[in-house]
Amino acid sequence: MENYRANLLLCAGTGCVASGTPKVTAALREELEKKGLSDEIKIVYPEEIFYQKLTVEEVPKLVEEHFLKGRPYEKLMFKEPEKRAAIPLMNEIPFFKHQVLRVLRNKGLIDPESLEEYIARDGYMAAAKALNEMTPEDIIAVIKDAGIRGRGGAGFPTGLKWEFASKSKADQKYMLCNGDEGDPGAFMDRSVMEADPHSVIEGMIIGARAIGSSKGVIYVRAEYPLAVERLQRAINLCRESGLLGENILDSGFDFDLEIYLGAGAFVCGEETALMRSIEGQRGMPRPRPPFPAHKGLWDKPSVLNNVETLAQIAPTVLNGAEWYRSLGTEKSAGTKVFALTGDIRNVGLVEVPMGIPLKTIIYDIGGGMKNKKKKFKSVQMGGPSGGCIPEDLINIPVTYEDVVKTGAIMGSGGMVVMDEDTCMVSTSKFFLEFTADESCGKCTPCRVGTQVMLDMLTDITEGRGKEGDIEILEDLSRDIISTSLCGLGQTAPNPVLSTIRYFRHEYEAHIRDHWCHAGICSDLASFHIIEDLCKGCGACLRACPQQAVVGEKKKPHRILQELCIQCRSCYDACKFASIDIKRALPKEKPEPVAVEEGGS
Amino acid sequence: MPRLTINDLKKIKENQKSTFKLREGGYRAKITVHMGTCGIAAGAREVMTAVLDEISNSGAEDIIATTSGCAGLCAREPMATVEILSSPPVKYVDLNADKMKEIFKEHITGGTPVEKYAFVVGSETTY
Repeated sequence: MENYRANLLLCAGTGCVASGTPKVTAALREELEKKGLSDEIKIVYPEEIFYQKLTVEEVPKLVEEHFLKGRPYEKLMFKEPEKRAAIPLMNEIPFFKHQVLRVLRNKGLIDPESLEEYIARDGYMAAAKALNEMTPEDIIAVIKDAGIRGRGGAGFPTGLKWEFASKSKADQKYMLCNGDEGDPGAFMDRSVMEADPHSVIEGMIIGARAIGSSKGVIYVRAEYPLAVERLQRAINLCRESGLLGENILDSGFDFDLEIYLGAGAFVCGEETALMRSIEGQRGMPRPRPPFPAHKGLWDKPSVLNNVETLAQIAPTVLNGAEWYRSLGTEKSAGTKVFALTGDIRNVGLVEVPMGIPLKTIIYDIGGGMKNKKKKFKSVQMGGPSGGCIPEDLINIPVTYEDVVKTGAIMGSGGMVVMDEDTCMVSTSKFFLEFTADESCGKCTPCRVGTQVMLDMLTDITEGRGKEGDIEILEDLSRDIISTSLCGLGQTAPNPVLSTIRYFRHEYEAHIRDHWCHAGICSDLASFHIIEDLCKGCGACLRACPQQAVVGEKKKPHRILQELCIQCRSCYDACKFASIDIKRALPKEKPEPVAVEEGGS
Repeated sequence: MPRLTINDLKKIKENQKSTFKLREGGYRAKITVHMGTCGIAAGAREVMTAVLDEISNSGAEDIIATTSGCAGLCAREPMATVEILSSPPVKYVDLNADKMKEIFKEHITGGTPVEKYAFVVGSETTY
């Protein structure tokens, strides 16, 4: 290697190239040539000086000052931005630091009601590329190579879905969007539709081109009025500007779409039920095959994609499959949006690369437990179809495969975080109440089975549990899973199975000891003040709705058990962890009442 | 709006950059109130009204007030992002109308971010 006096590095990243690196390079070479320095200076880093905001006009001055006179050209030197101690920077806050925004690329940046602002952020450039420069096969190849998997929950490869539909022959095909987000604790689809409706529309245009569809429907639940309003406005703007309708962007391609309002039934998130619902029938699933790619809406080939899936189509088409695969793992590529809720500090919407440890999401991004004194217990993933992941599995990487191994599912991305004050039996009862209620009733295992399971769980939480109940629950779960028609029944028992798997001791304590350690099941707990820890602050006394707490200020208080209704208010109010939850006190048996034989 | 062609898309993109970066738009400040369902439920409409009132009271014509969707941190809504020409944007959290008025006075008119309500400085990276 030749020896040089100085070395000058120019940044040629996307941002810099766009701001004019090539011009600066050319000007530099020319200037060095002029001064006869071209052999001495390769293109300054022994002195570690970082110049910024170079322009062609500044180059002669820079060369003269630095390379001829040997002193740094101060005007362009990078200065540390003044330290603002009080307001942290983005990369100092873990909530922002670990996130990578692709689906949420326009989150909080653009006005969702402005088409121009979406276009300013590369909007509809991917559609322009797909319609004018790519064949349907090209588009499908990019999506397949990228390895995009359905973000609605099941993780089916999107490219394959498109390929099946594109090969089906029909006079009409449908491109559908599933915005029927129904999992309790999930709100990412709503947020995407509200914050960036055009990203969904653009994804649908590209999908429609890939499968050869000219009509699309976005199925949104009516409970999302703001999402509906903004989507409708976005559709209207697209129609006015020719981004929807005939001959889009002079490509000769026609596509239009409309919104269909769902009534909010959970089962309508299932693809066949959703299509029946659009047809005006009762939302109930039907057996597959035929798959929707062959016979879907109105018996025509149809593709149904989730909102989040569609929102990542445009950047992938624009940047290529390699770009998409640059994040995530081999089988779970790209990023995933999660809705963090529950006992976590930073309730909100986050987007992370797949494969990130679950722990990072909960402790770094989520900021740990809302109540710092409480320990993490479990995180529920996948809503009513998912399961609870316990603390000892918190290091798993978040990918479709690793999450399934724990008995939960990736699902649509709801993460309900629970701290140690959670009763896992009532948690699984909550989800079963939901599925039993939402079961469409078409098939018996789901309609009757979930109700029987719910009745058993109710018995367990109210002190009527019997030995053998856990085993019956497990058996019943397996039967419901293997004999139900659609995803709702096939996954409804998951919350019960996963809580039995990891928290069997809690079920046993409920059944055998009549003890709910968290004090959530009021029939299975009694509350006692630990005298040594009680400071006599009176917080519990004020919180008690029954006036069951007695005691003088600054002296240990006491709970009068005969008045206590086990509402747990004292426990939540106490700041010194001085309330103990013990097993239920034996109920006094009512005196036998003599019943007189009636006679007349 | 007339029918768009690909060239129109490119033109809009160029023209919009100026409003985005404030630079050539002739604007000095931009206030974005995050109005997703979470923000509105937490009171973002009152915050937006306060912004509009302050702008009309001040008579300033070089301030843009705009809305956007959820900024991601639903727990700390209502949120607003304030961007002053050639300084990084500041995100404010847990706002109400009074706090917004104070921010308008101190940060937008005075140029000094209100530390006690500010959460973070800078923009998120997108890939």
